[in-house]
Amino acid sequence: MAVKDYVRERFMPHIWCPGCGHGTIMNNLVRAIESLGLKKSEIVMVTGIGCSARISGYLDFHTLHTIHGRALAFATGVKLARPELTLIVPMGDGDALAIGGNHFLHAARRNIDITAIIMNNSIYGMTGGQFSPLSGYGKMATTAPYGNIYESFDIAQLAKAAGASFVGRTTTYHVASMKEMIEEAIRHKGFSVVEIMTQCPTYFGRKNKVGDAVDMLNYYKDQTVPVGSEKKKENPALIERGIFVREERAEYCSEYEKTVEKAKRGRRV
Amino acid sequence: MSDKLVFVQGNEACVEGALYAGLGFFAGYPITPSTEIAELLSIRLPQRGGKFIQMEDEIASMCAVIGASLTGLKSMTATSGPGFSLKQEAIGYAIMTEVPCVVVNVMRGGPSTGLPTKVSQGDVMQARWGTHGDHAIVALTASNHQDLFAITVEAFNIAETYRTPVILLFDEVIGHMREKLILPEPGEIPLVQRLRTSVREGTDYHPYLPREDGRLPMSDFGGVHRYNVTGLMHDMWGFPTDNPQVAYGLMRHLFDKIEGHVEEITRMKEFFLDDAETVLISYGSSARSALHVVENRRARGEKMGLLELQTLWPFPSAAVRERCNDAKFVVVVEMNMGQILLEVKKALDDPERVYLANRIDGTFISPTDIRNILRVIQGKGV
Repeated sequence: MAVKDYVRERFMPHIWCPGCGHGTIMNNLVRAIESLGLKKSEIVMVTGIGCSARISGYLDFHTLHTIHGRALAFATGVKLARPELTLIVPMGDGDALAIGGNHFLHAARRNIDITAIIMNNSIYGMTGGQFSPLSGYGKMATTAPYGNIYESFDIAQLAKAAGASFVGRTTTYHVASMKEMIEEAIRHKGFSVVEIMTQCPTYFGRKNKVGDAVDMLNYYKDQTVPVGSEKKKENPALIERGIFVREERAEYCSEYEKTVEKAKRGRRV
Repeated sequence: MSDKLVFVQGNEACVEGALYAGLGFFAGYPITPSTEIAELLSIRLPQRGGKFIQMEDEIASMCAVIGASLTGLKSMTATSGPGFSLKQEAIGYAIMTEVPCVVVNVMRGGPSTGLPTKVSQGDVMQARWGTHGDHAIVALTASNHQDLFAITVEAFNIAETYRTPVILLFDEVIGHMREKLILPEPGEIPLVQRLRTSVREGTDYHPYLPREDGRLPMSDFGGVHRYNVTGLMHDMWGFPTDNPQVAYGLMRHLFDKIEGHVEEITRMKEFFLDDAETVLISYGSSARSALHVVENRRARGEKMGLLELQTLWPFPSAAVRERCNDAKFVVVVEMNMGQILLEVKKALDDPERVYLANRIDGTFISPTDIRNILRVIQGKGV
């Protein structure tokens, strides 16, 4: 199938701005799914609210566009009800880690077989450029007119600490590895987190005077290094990309099945 | 003695009713006074291969229930006041996306943390208007465990028929009180199964195009039809739109499917109403005290009757008006500041004959409480 076969043309044109990185992610997500040989009817895509959340409507899967921050909670209901389905949950950084932070932590702790893709553009785009939990100290936003005074989350460390069994980070510059990472994340049985740094030239770029989309992509190229790189030791400000966690651990739905077996045997342990 | 006779809490009767109705999925979070529902279902659901999950919070529980219901399972959550507040946004999502589900709210004293272990009926209006935006809703209640069982089954039937969340508004007294329950045999109470689409695979399926009778046949998420579900205003494909005509059509549909079926959704019980000069109107545990008063007064020859509401929303205005036509006094007995009182006043042409007998301090309203208020209303002094 061509990429086009996964897209709902009825839904076009999309709402993303020129230069936005979200389309690059959608493209690679579809290519990853194609490589995995998954049928469209096996996939349920659940999203919350924001620019990133619109991705579900554009793709020809079972798609659930829900409320702000709660995509993982809806997805948990779908997955537990029908464990044979493949659950993919793209979220923005604000959606996943501010309003949805608690659901993110607990989905990771449960190690439920869901692939969370965090489209991290470091800003609330849809509402016009307010700072997010990933904006970074000193960055400008419409609600941080004197500079943001919060430090950012490190999504990978957060996911790891909370119990996610697959954790990776990439950027919209590194498209080839992005596709592979998404593929592996979906194949992985357990809670998988893929953080993808994606440019928002319209709000983050403009507010912070970091140039256009190409400049922002070049930033990803220059300011990120592979996990374990020597350069990171010399310059701790560099951001690591690659796979941070890859572990086989008990998955929630499988554990629940064991609970059902116990219950049917009449044992309450 | 039948082995179908059990001695249980109301919360347990609710669990039995839900399982009888075919509950397949429960998500919840611990909160007094509804916790027993989650505890019991954590035992019972896995035994039959059903799904039970304790989520990280009240909001997540409501969201998980909606997700599970979309895949075709009859789904429910249970909570109490503060949790009911937290669930409201997701309840609105279920209304907008027309996902059947049942939400139990065992009412306790509020506002805020209030009186967690004490009784109240303060969430009647929250059940009606708790989530933002114009909408219709169904809320049911019961005053004894036999009725509670049946009304729980009805809640699932109504949710599946009209594709809507249904609120079960119980209260702390009903939830925790123990009394007998005779478990009905399978088939004794009819069950409504979800209407599923007959559109075949490969044919364009319109998930949000109502049939002529207003009903929307569903396709299970994960099945042969792939479609979009969104809380945004949407067209017949489930795609977002701000087209005024489509928005108007959807708003009317969401309203009319409930408000246009008030008679079918109305459940009420009548006691000695035929010649009643004083009509008490009550619901939930309050109706038990009200019935006690009415029976005593009848024994003394006083023309008093009771209208016990089981459907609170949509409010059965026409039925209430008709039952109160000949009454000199209409007295609403409830444990709040007069939430159903307002609806009764609205329903009657001469609201000045409508009075309130209430209690709002977390103490169960007793027959004596009602009698004392009746003396004032009937001009007999305190």
